[in-house]
Amino acid sequence: MEHIVIIGNGISGVTAARHIRKLSDKQITIVSAETDYFFSRTALMYVYMGHMKFEHTQPYENWFWEKNRINLKKGYVKHIETKSKILHFSEGDTLQYDKLIIATGSKPNKFGWPGQDLDGVMGMYHKQDLENLEKYAPNNKVCKRAVIVGGGLIGIELAEMLNSRNIPVTFLVREDSFWNGVLPEGESTMINRHIKNHHIDLRLGNNLKEIISDENGKVKSVIIQETGEEISCDVVGLTAGVSPNIDFIKESDIETGRGVKVNRFLETNIQDIYAIGDCAEQHEGINGRRPIEAVWYTGRMMGETVAQTICGNRMQYNPGHWFNSAKFLDIEYQTYGWVFANPRKNEAHFHWKHTDDTKCITVCYSTNTNAFLGINTFGIRMRHDIFDKWLTEKRDVNYVMEHLAEANFDPEFYKTYESDIYSAFKNELQTV
Amino acid sequence: MSNKLNHSMSLAKPDAVDISNKQKVALAIGILGLFILALALFNTNFPNKGLFLTLSLGFIAIGTIIYSRDAYLTKLEGIKNDGVWFKSISSRGIWGWILGVILTAFYIVLYFYPQYLGLGKDGTENTGLISLFDPLSNLLSGRNASQWFVYGTLYTVAILVFGYKFMLKYRHNRYQQLRTASVMFFQLGFAFLIPEFMYVMNSDLPYYDLKSVWPLNYYIFDEWSVKAFLSNGNIGLGFLLFGIISIFLITPILTYKYGKRWYCSWVCGCGGLAETAGDSFRQLSSKKMSAWKLERWLIHTVLVFSVVMTVAMVYTYLGYDHNAFWLTKGVFISLVIGFLTVIFAGVMYFKRHELGKDARYGAIGYFVVIVLLVTMHFTGTSENVFFIKGGDLRSAYGIYIGSIFSGVIGTGFYPILGSRAWCRFGCPMAAILGFQQRLFSKFRITTNGGQCISCGNCSNSCEMGIDVRAYAQKGENIVRSSCVGCGICSAVCPRGVLKLENDTMEGRINPTEILLGNNVDLMDLVNKK
Repeated sequence: MEHIVIIGNGISGVTAARHIRKLSDKQITIVSAETDYFFSRTALMYVYMGHMKFEHTQPYENWFWEKNRINLKKGYVKHIETKSKILHFSEGDTLQYDKLIIATGSKPNKFGWPGQDLDGVMGMYHKQDLENLEKYAPNNKVCKRAVIVGGGLIGIELAEMLNSRNIPVTFLVREDSFWNGVLPEGESTMINRHIKNHHIDLRLGNNLKEIISDENGKVKSVIIQETGEEISCDVVGLTAGVSPNIDFIKESDIETGRGVKVNRFLETNIQDIYAIGDCAEQHEGINGRRPIEAVWYTGRMMGETVAQTICGNRMQYNPGHWFNSAKFLDIEYQTYGWVFANPRKNEAHFHWKHTDDTKCITVCYSTNTNAFLGINTFGIRMRHDIFDKWLTEKRDVNYVMEHLAEANFDPEFYKTYESDIYSAFKNELQTV
Repeated sequence: MSNKLNHSMSLAKPDAVDISNKQKVALAIGILGLFILALALFNTNFPNKGLFLTLSLGFIAIGTIIYSRDAYLTKLEGIKNDGVWFKSISSRGIWGWILGVILTAFYIVLYFYPQYLGLGKDGTENTGLISLFDPLSNLLSGRNASQWFVYGTLYTVAILVFGYKFMLKYRHNRYQQLRTASVMFFQLGFAFLIPEFMYVMNSDLPYYDLKSVWPLNYYIFDEWSVKAFLSNGNIGLGFLLFGIISIFLITPILTYKYGKRWYCSWVCGCGGLAETAGDSFRQLSSKKMSAWKLERWLIHTVLVFSVVMTVAMVYTYLGYDHNAFWLTKGVFISLVIGFLTVIFAGVMYFKRHELGKDARYGAIGYFVVIVLLVTMHFTGTSENVFFIKGGDLRSAYGIYIGSIFSGVIGTGFYPILGSRAWCRFGCPMAAILGFQQRLFSKFRITTNGGQCISCGNCSNSCEMGIDVRAYAQKGENIVRSSCVGCGICSAVCPRGVLKLENDTMEGRINPTEILLGNNVDLMDLVNKK
């Protein structure tokens, strides 16, 4: 029986395994060095905040794997021998595969800052990071202040986590407004204010120069590049993005760039080896997407696709319209289609913000064809299937604005803003 | 993993979560109120009972109000679940167990030893705790308090003050606020005040909480109850008819339009207490597959028991003579069997594609009931059913289901099993409504395309133990008979994935393998196959 080995038990690898099992009777083994069982990485923050226990982050009960004949092996793959199809583990043992799926995900970026490997300096990605945080920041007596370096989605989540235990946070953001490489200005500045309302010390346009050690090799303070200011702290969170976790592959003859290079069929340059999820790098981005997409659902979709290929129905990875979501402290964010921080050529943005400063939307449309291109919403939930349909149908922006209420997904009895938004939109068109 | 979790089993305070000085004062005020009740329980004879009762309930209310305001109004609007799994009381820590034991003990005394609460026997004066409530009872209905009046008052106070707390906690969420206002209204008005006023108007009417529908209100068709209704002219007859209409007309229509939530989390008193005072324990319900299996067997067994018991009770007091009254034992049994058969055949015919292997369990349940009823008809007499006294069957149901299951386990075990253990495992009304909700209702929780990140906040906060995430991460709508539509899964979802809705029946149940967002051809290939 063909043996499919998957390295990595995150959403990509597990989805691939589940779908291969649905489609076939192949022998399946999932290898992980991080945890015994699949858990939802996105939920680690809630464990620290006390909303959940770690076992609640595991979407399947422990009996699930045996019942579905998916073998789980705990071990760290040190080397892949592609000619003889053997995995070598750092524990010394080996594993033979017929087909191999690399789904090793990401690791936090470190940019060579002095002191970046001190005790008390950590990313927020792996389960081990959470254990580390629990050790160095159990409460605001042990950790009198934490400094977070890097203003992205993980940075703000780490800030929310520490805030839940009343640990003062200084949040260093390189950009002059939070996540403004992605978010349009109106949205980004609203989130700046929201962060400050949570009593988080947000430092915009501030870079980390170095991390200072105490006599025991533990972080004592950080120095800010721009001002030279020294901020004493007990924990430093490095959240300046992630990159593919593929160091162990670099020695093999699998082609790598920043990630494992794959074609549209998620195949690497070596036959019978595939790569999916955060660690896979397309030769060219698909439909305006980036070559590496470190997003939960793209990992899942690649797993769904590669399972087809492995089970005899060779299929291209061909994701649909871009969408995503996140939560910034108390403000939910959803996006459908493309809205860039600044309108590209022949594009325009319509922006609406509620006076309470916690809800806003930005709609992007083509100034040539008037076609609706995408929407960002903050504090208002929208329906994925409706926007997916409107994008496929290439609806006109006027149509979308007029029918916005159909896409509303807020809970029942919520106040709705679609008519306000529509009249603001019409007014703006008249004044242009 | 988290070393926090060990702390919750110890008396030492968890280091992450501390309460403010204002909250400490508030707690002290609340405990003072409880202390007055405790003194009364141990037979302190307060000079001015009305004053001390007011002080006691007032302190409890004020303490809770101050505490909640400081907990929620000092923070921005949003989800407030920080540290629920660290706090001893809400994570089965030592305080949780202590509270569980106290509540359980209270229920045992309430149901089986009311004399310890000070209930006067055979017309003697009340003493102790119950006598403390005499002034309020006299004010409302002109009679001395009973243990049920004491319980009803405390129950209502709990729903009101913790309902206030809940509304502050979810002050950004109008669904939660309206729903909570609704249960507060129904508890205060329908369960507490109206029955007292009804007594004032007509003291022969049995206690009747209009919103309590059979089979939750399992005694409504008892002989004494029906006789009391019928001997009270048009009002009594009206109430009895309302009880019957509630079951056969109002309930199915509302459940069709809105799902069982219209009752379970907008009206019902058991649900009301679970959603307000029990809110801190909602995450404790088990989400295991094994718990779901147990739930389905247990709740439907209770339903069968309750149907058979009620039919048996009515059966015993009906006559044999056709000329005396048209509804004889034989006619009644035939009507019941006919009704059940129509429902069973209808479901099997119209819903056979949806049921799968549940159909077999449904069939087993149906035949068990029919066999029991037929056996009863051919062996029963006016005195005996199933060769035991009819009254014994009824009192067995009252003790094991009505008291021990719903009260002692259902509420006493809040801090252990979560706040809806009764609603989930035992309530026959929930079983009927759930049966309809699963098969014939417009209600569902819609999953928003491919946005789910499997974080598990939804499952964690489901008081009914539904593994909501299992559906959401497949892009599948949640259509489960047990869902009471509390809406907390939707509220806590960080990605806006879940929405409670009433829409068309078509496409309501949408099992999918590939979620929206992926290759359209792949979705077609896998999902439409």
